[in-house]
Amino acid sequence: MTFRIKPAMLKIAAAAWLLGATGAMADTTLEFTQWWEPELPAGSLRSIMDEFEAANPGIKVTLVSGPYATTRDQISVGAATGTLSDVVGLDGAWVNNLNAQNALADMNPMMDASKFDKAQVADIIKVDGKAVMFPVASFVYPVFVNLDLAAQAGVTKLPSTRAEFLEAAKKMTQADKNQYGWVLPLSLQTPSGVQNDMMSWVWASGQSMMASGKPALEGKPVVDMLSFVKSLNDAGTISPGIATKTEQEKVEEFVNDRVGMMIDSLAHVNLIRKRNPKLNFDLIPVPVVEGYTGKRGLPYASWGIGISAASKHQEEAWKLVQYLMSEKVNAKLVSLANAFPGNVNAKPDFVTSDKAFGKAFEIFKTGYLANEFTGLPVAEDLMTQFDVQAQKMLAGEQSPEQAASTAQKGWMAKF
Amino acid sequence: MTRQKRSHHKLKRAVAPYLYLSPSLLIIGLLMLLPMATVIAYSFQNSAVLRRDPSFAGLKHYQAIFDDPVFWASLWHTLYFTCMSVVFHMTIGMVFALMLNSDRINPRLRNVLRVLYILPWLFTAVIIAVIWRLLLEPNGVVNSILMQIGIIGSKVEWFSSPQTALHAVTFANIWAGYPLFMVSLLAGLQGIPKDFYEAADIDGAKAYQKLIFITIPQLMPIIISISLLDFIWTMQVFPLIWITTGGGPIYSTEVLSTYTYKLAFSSYNLSQASASAVVILLISLGLTLFYIRYQKAR
Repeated sequence: MTFRIKPAMLKIAAAAWLLGATGAMADTTLEFTQWWEPELPAGSLRSIMDEFEAANPGIKVTLVSGPYATTRDQISVGAATGTLSDVVGLDGAWVNNLNAQNALADMNPMMDASKFDKAQVADIIKVDGKAVMFPVASFVYPVFVNLDLAAQAGVTKLPSTRAEFLEAAKKMTQADKNQYGWVLPLSLQTPSGVQNDMMSWVWASGQSMMASGKPALEGKPVVDMLSFVKSLNDAGTISPGIATKTEQEKVEEFVNDRVGMMIDSLAHVNLIRKRNPKLNFDLIPVPVVEGYTGKRGLPYASWGIGISAASKHQEEAWKLVQYLMSEKVNAKLVSLANAFPGNVNAKPDFVTSDKAFGKAFEIFKTGYLANEFTGLPVAEDLMTQFDVQAQKMLAGEQSPEQAASTAQKGWMAKF
Repeated sequence: MTRQKRSHHKLKRAVAPYLYLSPSLLIIGLLMLLPMATVIAYSFQNSAVLRRDPSFAGLKHYQAIFDDPVFWASLWHTLYFTCMSVVFHMTIGMVFALMLNSDRINPRLRNVLRVLYILPWLFTAVIIAVIWRLLLEPNGVVNSILMQIGIIGSKVEWFSSPQTALHAVTFANIWAGYPLFMVSLLAGLQGIPKDFYEAADIDGAKAYQKLIFITIPQLMPIIISISLLDFIWTMQVFPLIWITTGGGPIYSTEVLSTYTYKLAFSSYNLSQASASAVVILLISLGLTLFYIRYQKAR
């Protein structure tokens, strides 16, 4: 028996192949590298991407997900080799280096071309005038207060100034019972304590550690902050083990009623409740210097987003960025992440259903996001240098002025 | 057999061993030599990895790390950490091995001790770090016991004080590493002929004399081999120090591995980090050559 292919069959097959091939060619596949997917409920980020694909026929999104540290290394190498994904999840601490490598696209022309409403974005991170990152979700750092410890210590009014904070910390400290007023994690393993637990005091009072784009650590704001931290330490109100304490240990001490107050990420609220359901705590803004009545800067960490300068699909990438920054999608994403929105009009659902988050949202709305490490060169290295000087000061080896001066020299070398 | 055939056969015989070796050589080349060569190349480049067109830097990065006082402090800490670890690994390992080899201890108790003594070897570096962080934290068990028996008057911040941090991490490493010596020396002890000790007994030798003149000389090849290996491995310890102190406080536990890591992943100075890594490589290489020569001499 012989098998003969009829010309008509061949024609149909060729037409089908052509259709399929052109269909496939019409699809643009965007690669989106981030560390968010593992930190979100399983499948939730993929589901948002599916909705984006449905709303934008012809664009497909491939998620490249990994833990934070792996993503950071992957992005560094991708920037060097020109293989950075089309859309990248960013931490503010990385953007300066990536910009120096010309790895990030300037989103200004894209915003102009699409008439994007810039006012809806909580913060646009710019380096050398280029808009390189939007914070999609922000994790703010208020002060957590253990209300039971405060009541037992006779602290009736929660502190709103530094002097009140020092007094409250003194009252809450009972070293013989392993109970302290405040906790300060300055481990060199993760020097983010400098940003979250030290510089946050400066930003809260509307002050700055910079002047004209350069470090100003010898200025009054930073020296005053260092003196204030030293006074807390001298008064014995800080939980011991500062130099090797990590953020996780800080949270553990708070959870276990061992410290009265800590500055921490709002992202930890659920964790704290899970670890100690009976813990009675409240959230307050970081106290300010005496007499300050202006808007308070809120320290924050963020999930940022940017577009690769090497991407061949910048137009499509911009559509994805716009989509994630849009009011509804942004609200949905930050609700899943227990974070505050990058779009000022978005309102996450947990702020109405949860009292603590609701209060934090009020603090968020009345203040402004402040993290001066965002966009600085080798931000982690700067924190490490400051950390070492702060440790020396707390060990009694130098004064706040000397600590600030030495850190300033080290920082200037990096600028 | 013709002349041509004979030479062809000879060639085949000469090439055959290399063909057998080629898979291993390929794997060693790809997984060891190539990364090493790349890191060496990076150490002579400006903005290595971070730039697509890095320029030649000569010895600039070596000069920079040699001018950095933190590098020399790290080198000193590495030497202290390594020497103390090796000496105490050997001493504790020897004491425990002698104990487990002794007929004077009840065999049941000996079996229990064997399990207990080997326990630290079962833990990963991360677990060891967490255990010792919990034990040595200011409000931890160690301070509590030492205060109760009156050895210390107030809480000591073992890992957080610049005065005690290096000793504390060294102590944790000693605890974690002695079982290697113990197991190796125990095997060596069991291989020493009993006749030597019987002859010594007839001559009226005391216990310490038997230890000095029979046991230690018989174990010497094992002691030297394991000490050299331990020296090489301990010099490169990273996770234990990183998790317990992160190189702090104030650089007091900074060792070459943490110094290099910070240069690479905190400062993003991969050129200097490569130069520092090459220095570690050279020190390790020196020790390895010494070890190989010793093994050959045996």
